[in-house]
Amino acid sequence: MSDRKEWPLWEVFLRSKAGLDHKHCGSLHAADGAMALQMARDVYTRRQEGVSIWVVRADQIVASAPDDKAALFDPMADKIYRHPTFYELPDEVNHM
Amino acid sequence: MNAATNPHVNYILRLADGSLVLAQRLSELCGKGPALEPDIALTNIALDLLGQARLLLSHAGTLEGQGRDEDALAYWRDAKDFLNPTLCELPNGDFAQTCLRAYCYVSWQAVLWAQLPQSSDAALAAIAAKSCKETRYHCEHLGDWVLRLGDGTAESHARMQRALDYLYPYTNELFDSDATDEAAAAAGLGPLPSTLAADWQAQVLPLLTEATLSVPATVPFHSTGRRGVHSEALGHLLGEMQVVARAHPGAHW
Repeated sequence: MSDRKEWPLWEVFLRSKAGLDHKHCGSLHAADGAMALQMARDVYTRRQEGVSIWVVRADQIVASAPDDKAALFDPMADKIYRHPTFYELPDEVNHM
Repeated sequence: MNAATNPHVNYILRLADGSLVLAQRLSELCGKGPALEPDIALTNIALDLLGQARLLLSHAGTLEGQGRDEDALAYWRDAKDFLNPTLCELPNGDFAQTCLRAYCYVSWQAVLWAQLPQSSDAALAAIAAKSCKETRYHCEHLGDWVLRLGDGTAESHARMQRALDYLYPYTNELFDSDATDEAAAAAGLGPLPSTLAADWQAQVLPLLTEATLSVPATVPFHSTGRRGVHSEALGHLLGEMQVVARAHPGAHW
């Protein structure tokens, strides 16, 4: 039906038990944030994948344009000195 | 020996069959939900209920001592030997009725599970303690639909009100006590169903009010599924649920 309003799209981020950060795991449709959280629980944590869920409306995400990829990222390709590979990391520094 | 002669077995079977029959009803929607997400959500709930049914049926089979396991009890009993409340077997109807029926039952389960960890039957106490958490989520999820549709558009409100008018009389049975319940209460198995009414209403009525639904007046009608006298809907449900097991006795994966 053309007059039927579609539920908006939500992006779902999960933090796994061992994980430190939320990782994008997929998207779903839901009427609002509360419903999106419940749906995310049912669609994406069926196998104990997560202990915390974030949902973000997809249209609220500001994304870089694929066409800009070369201009944005290619200049970094020859700047190897920006990588921390030349330093000895002390053991106390975790999660770099 | 018929299960009806043992109140302890009967008491467990009533709970087991409630979970099993409602699981079967909800799984009818698998792949047919109104959208992908609620389809998965309802199927998850069906699977949780099926898990409860398996534990309870196995326990009933052990108590009965006639060598019947969960499969024998699920697939080889006829309608008159099923002891679920009639509420659980009614057809799904539309999405409003599907959600409201399941909500009415799982919210009753929530009240019951909260008391069963004190049961004199250690296995039942453990099943209740395990089921408590999932039932809390079922209540939240299904209650959310009751609220959204009741307090939604004119169409969704009308459908939810129609579902409530149809289903509400069937909730009477959830609070009926008979000889089986009295024996169970006397043995410390579980509370008399009549004592659950106040807690159930305290949970359900505010939600119905918030959903702008009018609670129907109390009617004298009492369904009788828990005594094995069912609506015609159960026969059709069992026909579908049991056909494969009965066509291929002893088959396994």
